[in-house]
Amino acid sequence: MNTMTYSKRLNDRKMDELRPIEAKVGVIERADGSAMFKIGNTWAYASVYGPRNLYPKFMQDPQSGILRVNYNMMPFSGSGERVRPGANRRAKEISMVSEKALLPVLDLKEFPNSVVDVFIELPQTEAGSRCAGICAASMALADAGLNMKDLVAAVSVGRVDDKLLVDLDYSEEAYEDGPVADIPIAMMPQSGKITLLQMDGEVTKEDLRKAIGMGKEACGRIYEVMKKALKEKYEVQ
Amino acid sequence: MGKLLIQDKEIVVPGEIIAEGMDHLPGQGTYREGDKIIAGRLGLANVEGRAVKLIALSGRYIPKRNDTIICQVIDVGFSGWRVETNSAYSAMLSVKDATSEFIRRGADITHYFNVGDYLVAKITNVTSQKLIDISTKGPGLRKLHGGRIIQVNCNKVPRIIGKAGSMVSMIKNATGCRITVGQNGLVWLEGEPKSEYIAIEAIRKIEQEAHLSGLTDRVKAFLEEKTGKKVEPGVEEPELR
Repeated sequence: MNTMTYSKRLNDRKMDELRPIEAKVGVIERADGSAMFKIGNTWAYASVYGPRNLYPKFMQDPQSGILRVNYNMMPFSGSGERVRPGANRRAKEISMVSEKALLPVLDLKEFPNSVVDVFIELPQTEAGSRCAGICAASMALADAGLNMKDLVAAVSVGRVDDKLLVDLDYSEEAYEDGPVADIPIAMMPQSGKITLLQMDGEVTKEDLRKAIGMGKEACGRIYEVMKKALKEKYEVQ
Repeated sequence: MGKLLIQDKEIVVPGEIIAEGMDHLPGQGTYREGDKIIAGRLGLANVEGRAVKLIALSGRYIPKRNDTIICQVIDVGFSGWRVETNSAYSAMLSVKDATSEFIRRGADITHYFNVGDYLVAKITNVTSQKLIDISTKGPGLRKLHGGRIIQVNCNKVPRIIGKAGSMVSMIKNATGCRITVGQNGLVWLEGEPKSEYIAIEAIRKIEQEAHLSGLTDRVKAFLEEKTGKKVEPGVEEPELR
């Protein structure tokens, strides 16, 4: 088996270096809250509507408002191949895990029988799209003025061959000459609690521990970018 | 010794640590965890003595008792109307809270308010399940005829109204429009088309610059430029708007 003998990555990044990030809040005028989060070639836009009334009635929860997340890759967002528009198994799963990643920070007790809708749209993707979507959505939820105890920052970490990397891009995710593990992590940066942890591939226990540690550190850096973007929208010029 | 980690009037984001130690008290929009006070939403920090609270800058309208709102009738029932309040919940206006006139049982109440009508109403009660009762009995509460409705950020409404109504009365005097500002973020205006337009522009300006000081002077200058007349600073009017 070949081992990756690089000390740097193919794209000239350090092992724990993130792709260039750009974040902006308030990009969609008519939404109650919105945000954009770009990490490398993965772009996510999120808009939040609500709390608003919820129908059909059987979905209403008299104890608390509910959160509904919709993740969608745009037809032209893939790597050249057209993505079939509309919901599919993968989008449905990611919508569900994003919802579960965001729900722990939200407090919707004040809005019984209502819904907060989050729409995540990805005009362009190159790995790490659910993480970018979660980052955008958490900024948009804060922008919508909802009660949140923390933001949620997300990043993917992984093992490619014998190296542990942060923020995998497509070439790394699709590396074929050795084992690959892709681990998306979402966490609350202040408390350090993890709200999303998935894995595709194989990894040893020690490496997983180390990878999560690297992910937590990277989430801290993403959090600073998100915080800055949120403050920029409201700061007195 | 407790320590404040932010400045007064600083924007804080959810999860940001506002203060450490027990010397400060968590106010609205914040919560305490251990010995830290943490922001529970996005807002403008306001330090008053030992208490720290957050002023909301964004978000949908949350119905509160005694708020005067502008709402639209969406349904007519046997003994009342259902109205849309520009929030997550619709409100109920029962016949007995609508008018002091005698209404016979089974009478056609669309004669008073019909679907599509806009009303200025006061919220009389909000339950924990957000069932809302409103009333149109009271000074300034009425059905709106003509004019136009615009939507503004409901968190900026206090700025649009100004101290005891000074801002909105300045716009009224300058443009000659009749204006009613609902606390739910709907504003009703009626006047000459041109002056209506100036009034809307002025309200949009206030909405955008609500966080800046010296706003009254800038709005006054804006109105003087647009109307070409001298504008008297708004009087503080105690009555309902």
